[in-house]
Amino acid sequence: MSELLTKDKDIVVPGEILAVGMDFLPSYGTYREGDRIIANKLGLVRIDGKVVKLISLSGRYNPKRGDTIIGNVIDLAISGWRIDTNSAYSAMLSIKDASSEYIARGADLTQYYDIGDLVVAKIVNVTSQKLVDLTMRGPGLRKLDGGRVVNVNTNKVPRVIGKAGSMVTMIKRATGCNIVVGQNGIVWVQGEPEMEICAVDAIKMIEKDSHINGLTNRIKAYLEKTTGKKIDTVEVSSQ
Amino acid sequence: MNKDLRLNLIKAFEKGLRYDGRKLDQFREISVETGVIKTAEGSARVKIGETEVIVGIKTEVSKPYPDAPDKGTIMVGAELYPLSSPDFDPGPPSIESIELARVIDRGIRESHALDFKKLCIEKGEQSWIICIDICPINNNGNLFDAASLGAIAALKNARFPEFDGTNIDYKKLTDVPFPLSREPIEVTVLKIGKFLIVDPLPEEEASADARLTVATTEDGKLCAMQKGGDSPLAVEDIKTMVELAMDKTKELRSFLGGN
Repeated sequence: MSELLTKDKDIVVPGEILAVGMDFLPSYGTYREGDRIIANKLGLVRIDGKVVKLISLSGRYNPKRGDTIIGNVIDLAISGWRIDTNSAYSAMLSIKDASSEYIARGADLTQYYDIGDLVVAKIVNVTSQKLVDLTMRGPGLRKLDGGRVVNVNTNKVPRVIGKAGSMVTMIKRATGCNIVVGQNGIVWVQGEPEMEICAVDAIKMIEKDSHINGLTNRIKAYLEKTTGKKIDTVEVSSQ
Repeated sequence: MNKDLRLNLIKAFEKGLRYDGRKLDQFREISVETGVIKTAEGSARVKIGETEVIVGIKTEVSKPYPDAPDKGTIMVGAELYPLSSPDFDPGPPSIESIELARVIDRGIRESHALDFKKLCIEKGEQSWIICIDICPINNNGNLFDAASLGAIAALKNARFPEFDGTNIDYKKLTDVPFPLSREPIEVTVLKIGKFLIVDPLPEEEASADARLTVATTEDGKLCAMQKGGDSPLAVEDIKTMVELAMDKTKELRSFLGGN
C-alpha cells in the first residue's frame, strides 16, 4: 500500500507530500499527517531505506548539541554571559564553562568578555524549551579579536568547510588569513586587508555556486588568479 | 567589537581598500528604474549595490497654508521597514527615519527644485500637495543617497492626475509633468579616522566618526547639508567633504537620464 511520491535528491517545497503509507518513517524536515509524510522545509529529499528526510536548502540556524558556533556577547548576567547565536534562540555561557582559568565569584565579567565581543563556543546542551548552553573550555574555543565577519547561509556551511576541512584550508593557505567557520553561518576572517577581501569573495562564491559541479577547482582557480600564487592540491588529513 | 571593527576598517583604508574591495571614493553599481508602481503618480526604484529603495509619489488637493496662500507644498515620508534590515524595529518612526525624510525634504525644498507657486490651483483655496514616500526594500548602507536619487527620479517620472475642480481621478494621469526646474542630488561623505569615504556599507556607517550629506543642483550650487555623527568636523574637513560630494554628484546625475 505504501508508496513513495518523490525520488531521492528531488527538490521539494513545504507542504509537498513525499510518501503515502505507514511503511515509511518521517525524519528531519518532514512530518506525518494521517498516513502521509509531508515536507516542512525547502530541501532535497533523501531516502534512506524506510526513512524519509530532507537536506534543507534554506532557513536559519537551529542550535544543535555539539555544534561549534561563533556568537556575539549581547548581555552580562550574574552568572555568565548571554550570547547571540544567529538563530531565534540566544544562548547562555555560564562562568564555570567560560574559560579554562578560574573565575572568582563576583569578578568583573567584562574583563573576560564584554558586550559586542565575538566568541567561538561549543553548544553543550539544547533543552526541549530551546534553552541553549555553551562552553568555552576546549581546543580552539576562544574570544576573537579584530578581523571581520561574513554571514553565510547556515546550510552552506559544510560546503565552506569542505571535505575534512579541505575548502577552508585551501582558502587559508592561499590568502594567509585566519578563518574560523561557525556552524551557525558566521565566518570570521582575519588577515591582510586585500587578502581578507579575497577570502570573503571566495566564501561568498562558495555560498552562491555550491550546487554547481567542480566547485573546488573553480575556487582554486579564483584564488590562484587573485593571489597570483600557485596552490598545491590540499592533501586531506585523516583527522 | 565595534572598536575592533573600526580599527580593522582603518587598516584597510590605509591600503586604499574597502570591505568589498572598492576604492575609498568609489560608488557601488547603481541602477535607476522609473514607473515601477502603476497606482502611483510617479515612482522609481534605485539600487546602489545591494541597497534598494522604492520612492512613490502621490498627489492631493487641499487648502494652502494660511501663510503661503499662493503655494503648494511637498510632504516627504520615510519608513524604515523591519524587512529591510535587522536593525530596524517596527513601531513609531525612529529618529533615523525622520532624519532620512527631513534630509530628502530639505534637498528638494531648499534648492527650489519644485516651483511651489505653480502647484497652486486657486489662491487661498486649492493647491497641490505632493507626497514623496520613501520605502527602503533592503538596507545595505547609504540609504540617504539612494533615497535622494530615487526622489528626484520619481518626481521626474510623475504626472499630475486629472482634476476637475472637486475630484481627482487617480486612474487617469494627464501628461503634465511636475514643475521641476532643478535636480538636487545628495551625496553622503563619511569620516572614519582621517579617511573620507562615499557610499558607506553598514559596517562603515556603524563606525563612522562623522557624516555629511551635501545636496547640489546640476549647476553646481550647494543647496542643503546635514551633519551627523558624534565627532566635530574642522572647516578644512568640511571643504574637502563638500568638494568630494559635489564631484560624486555628477556621477550620480548620469543615472537620471532625460524625460
